[in-house]
Amino acid sequence: MTTTIKLSRRTLLRGAGATGLALGAGPITGFPNVIAAEPVTLRYLGTAVNQSGDIARKVKEDLGITIEYIPVVTDEVTKRVVTQPNSFDLLDTEFFSLRKLIPSGNIQGMDARRIKQADNITPVFTKGEVGGRKIGDQGTAPKKVFYLEGQNSKNFATSATEWITLIPTTYNADTLGIRPDLIKRPITSWKELLNPEFKGKASILNIPSIGIMDAAMVIEATGDYTYPDKGNMTKAEIDRTIKLLIEAKRAGQFRAFWQDFNESVNLMASGETVIQSMWSPAVTKVRSQGVACTYQPLKEGYRAWATGFGLPKTLTGRKLDAAYDFINWFLSGWAGAYLNRQGYYSAVLETAKTHMEPYEWAYWMEGKPAEKDIKGPDGSVLEKAGASRDGGSFETRMGGVACWNAVMDENTYMVRKWNEFIAA
Amino acid sequence: MTDTALAAMPALAESPPALTTTASLTQKTRRRRALAYIQAAPMALVFLLFFVVPLGLTVIVSFWAYNEYEIIPAFTVQNYVDVFEGCLNTTDACTTVRTYLSTLKFCVLTWVFTLLIGFTVAYFVAFHVRSRTMQMALFLVCTIPFWTSNVIRMISWIPLLGRNGLVNDTLMGMGLIKSPIEGLLYSDFSVVLAFVHLNTVFMIVPIFNSMARIDRALIEAAYDAGASGWQTLWNVVVPLAKPGIAIGSIFVVTLVMGDFVTVGVMGGQQIASVGKVIQVQMSALQLPAAAANAVVLLGAVMLMIVAMTRLIDLRKEL
Repeated sequence: MTTTIKLSRRTLLRGAGATGLALGAGPITGFPNVIAAEPVTLRYLGTAVNQSGDIARKVKEDLGITIEYIPVVTDEVTKRVVTQPNSFDLLDTEFFSLRKLIPSGNIQGMDARRIKQADNITPVFTKGEVGGRKIGDQGTAPKKVFYLEGQNSKNFATSATEWITLIPTTYNADTLGIRPDLIKRPITSWKELLNPEFKGKASILNIPSIGIMDAAMVIEATGDYTYPDKGNMTKAEIDRTIKLLIEAKRAGQFRAFWQDFNESVNLMASGETVIQSMWSPAVTKVRSQGVACTYQPLKEGYRAWATGFGLPKTLTGRKLDAAYDFINWFLSGWAGAYLNRQGYYSAVLETAKTHMEPYEWAYWMEGKPAEKDIKGPDGSVLEKAGASRDGGSFETRMGGVACWNAVMDENTYMVRKWNEFIAA
Repeated sequence: MTDTALAAMPALAESPPALTTTASLTQKTRRRRALAYIQAAPMALVFLLFFVVPLGLTVIVSFWAYNEYEIIPAFTVQNYVDVFEGCLNTTDACTTVRTYLSTLKFCVLTWVFTLLIGFTVAYFVAFHVRSRTMQMALFLVCTIPFWTSNVIRMISWIPLLGRNGLVNDTLMGMGLIKSPIEGLLYSDFSVVLAFVHLNTVFMIVPIFNSMARIDRALIEAAYDAGASGWQTLWNVVVPLAKPGIAIGSIFVVTLVMGDFVTVGVMGGQQIASVGKVIQVQMSALQLPAAAANAVVLLGAVMLMIVAMTRLIDLRKEL
């Protein structure tokens, strides 16, 4: 009942606004409807890395929408969506979580017709391609979970539909971080992670679903075994992978395992480890402390991940409109440029490009040496002129993706085996 | 029912006097009893709401089935079977046994060190410091570390113990060692160190409390009877400090058994703990499996506490 009234009131306002515009004068002007009504607050559930105060400030300026961040870790995001689906208005989570979230029925498909840039979202997501070339799709590749069969469907569609699960916010290709000053020789393969040369100086992350894929990259690199799908192992494959990890652990290969961003930075910066799985911004942070650290491209390729915006099923009315407005704003360029400048990639590259200086675009996206000092969003110098980005251009990096972060069918078994590895 | 009905009707004038007295007597005791129950009610209610109900739910859920995104009401012992998977294999200990052995090892080591340090500190403050004010002042000094958070006290060890940390740098600077000692950090040593650092106060406080109550005349009597210092300590002070030791031990043991943060941070996430296993399962949304593990942990801790209270009858001693 209330919704109908509100709706008709808004339609009325919209109509009035349009009339005002058409007349070109008068007391009513053509504000977006969100501003015309009372200010909307969106509770934004996601991981802290994606929740920047700058973005919240800018969207407040541009749209009048207040963003209220709820920062939690990735697993906690999943838990919140499954157990408390009314505790947020906007969701920002990893694509691999969708295999848990969609069956729970708490997420609604997003109407592609209401997303202005929907057709311009990079084909990495829609087709699994970069520059017209297919990229690795092992694991929960976004293209496998990008579309739903219907708005409230619990099934992923195999071809493009108008119902999108998540609108991409950031994505990247992960690899190993190394300390070139302490290793003093080129590193080209994942197998170096378990090379006894780095005994007691290696680390992987203690997040089972990601850690096991890094281990799988190592096993493939040694030529020991080739997985049909590293992101969806059979029980026997899980056993094989965990066995190798246990052997390495008992031999003292690992200095520590890390669980969060800062732990990985500290391990690397203090020299406790010289080679470890790492996230791109963590490498940047180590470097900003004046410590040499390289995000080393490896010949076997990258393990990629992607996050995106989703809408809870319960979201309706003005909040739903505001959520669409916010997502459209997010794809319109400013936010994309902001993310690209941190070393992430944004969903719609064309709009982001218009908000970046040509020399910035050349450095971050084309892999060219920096013409000027490269500055982060906060104005601090990240790289001196002349430096070029680890791993090269967008096409080389994303084109080199071997697999994606995943939730396996045998996830329960895998978690149990991972606990065995930690206890070994 | 009838009794209450009778008691509630004092207007029955015809009733024999004897009956009235018994009735009023029972009425009095009843009222007193009721009062006692009412007095205990708030605490009981709090316990019921925040302890019994959640615990009951945990036990129930531990028998439920689950998949990636939901827990399914059912009755299955699969979660418990999973907890003890491979435990019948005698050649290689299973995850659960390994984890409990590791946790138990930390328990024993931490207990021994906190007891030795705690007892010594409490003994010094209680018997060697004469003035009451000085005693209180020193006692408060012991609690100062509690003004900062647990995690900070733990993390502050890391720059000290690391490969390029203060200790290694100093030792190398003095020429005592050639290459850094790796085992200082992310090892059993660092975990025990942090546990002892964090938990010694829980030993000091109850032991000091017990010692403060010991009648000084007993010690003088022991000396007069010709007991040596050690004999007095062993035969007079220790038995009388037993309740404090027992309470402190229960604190320390339960804290170490349930901990996963200290083991995680100081062990570099490489050392298993029961709490960590539960946390990993929780974050993978395997709540029934985590509940089953929690129930097993609860059982284990309760067994340990029963064993401890067998050694010392706490109620009698207090």
